[in-house]
Amino acid sequence: MLKKRIIPCLDIRDGRTVKGVSFVNLRDAGDPVELARAYADQAADEIVFLDITATHEKRKTLAPLVEKIANAINIPFTVGGGISTKEDVSVLISSGADKVSVNTAAVLYPALITRLADSFGSQCIVVAIDAQLIDGEWRVCINGGRKVTTVRALQWAEEAMQRGAGEILLTSVNSDGTKEGFSTDITSAVSDRVNIPVIASGGAGTMEHFRKVFEETACTAALAASVFHFGEILIPDLKRYLQKNNINVRL
Amino acid sequence: MIAILKYNSGNIMSVRVALKRLGHDAVITDDPDIISSAEKVIIPGVGEAASAMRHLREKGLDRAIVSLRQPVLGICLGLQLMCASSEEGDTEGLGIFETQVRRFPDGARVPHMGWNDFVSLGDVPLFKGVETGDDVYYVHSYYAGVNGNTIAVCDYGLPFSAAMRKDNFYATQFHPEKSAATGARILKNFTEL
Repeated sequence: MLKKRIIPCLDIRDGRTVKGVSFVNLRDAGDPVELARAYADQAADEIVFLDITATHEKRKTLAPLVEKIANAINIPFTVGGGISTKEDVSVLISSGADKVSVNTAAVLYPALITRLADSFGSQCIVVAIDAQLIDGEWRVCINGGRKVTTVRALQWAEEAMQRGAGEILLTSVNSDGTKEGFSTDITSAVSDRVNIPVIASGGAGTMEHFRKVFEETACTAALAASVFHFGEILIPDLKRYLQKNNINVRL
Repeated sequence: MIAILKYNSGNIMSVRVALKRLGHDAVITDDPDIISSAEKVIIPGVGEAASAMRHLREKGLDRAIVSLRQPVLGICLGLQLMCASSEEGDTEGLGIFETQVRRFPDGARVPHMGWNDFVSLGDVPLFKGVETGDDVYYVHSYYAGVNGNTIAVCDYGLPFSAAMRKDNFYATQFHPEKSAATGARILKNFTEL
């Protein structure tokens, strides 16, 4: 049976791991290669690396780091942050990334998704959606969550799928950094609307939060950062807890 | 020397570094002569079937591959290219395995992406040291059904070939190079065939 995936996310700035609380107030949490290796050893199912400042500062120098990571770990990993062209993707994939995630550029130029899927295959194109609940409506944010658009998250998820996205990484901006749990309502709505894998993100604080998002939504993976980075939740403990609660995971 | 077949533009570095971790150097090449003289050949799993087949034909690699006598391992798309045909781009394949590659039916969440197990059919040298129930990493939207060449079965709404074998040709639908310790063991077994 296909297992629910647990994915640590390493936010990267200047080659170091950081974690933003609601995307600001950054704290340094170590060397990404060492952290990645530690997570792979702990049976993390995948790892996501996001250069969170890339869009804002137009930095695209992840390739050497990606190559080091590819040499260090034997599980799949995704790289995102500031990706806006086919060339960006080509560099990251040839450096050893298994998937790339696109966010702002895809919202601004949706045809980018089609072009990337046609060139590299849907399986390696993740569309990251930062969703914020505003006046009862989940809207898409861009530029690392800093700018709210008029695009509706649910419709955007569906369009991304139709354009060839292989996976959706859905982050609730409202929950991100709060440690009060995933936003199960939008996660559930998006997971039901699309027929591709959905990663729930934003708000993980306890093991119970993971159980809840897997029980209450059809998401296929859950992502978190600081609870893992600072050892508040250990992935092996989390997986044993989930298995005890009849959620299939890889131990 | 292990040759990794180069085609299209996907991530083939992963296979090379996975072999390197096992102490094997590999060359990435699309030269039919180098492929033919390699001790072992790996056809990695990247790209789209129809364009990959076009590339193989243009380079004369299709004829070179089917005439190989050394151990060959197809991974993911590599497995699918070794079949008779694929619904992806409606293309003929290399025809090593007689089966056809189909898309997962509507209703399944595709790609089938993530860790899933497989059941080995009989005593398969490729899976020496691998326990039933061990998980490996899959990411694919097309599959080869269970057929006479199937040596391992996975289930995703329907049963499909997790691995196939015909003579010196082996193939896995999953990615051993991305499947942690279990995958490393399978790659090691392949290098020891």
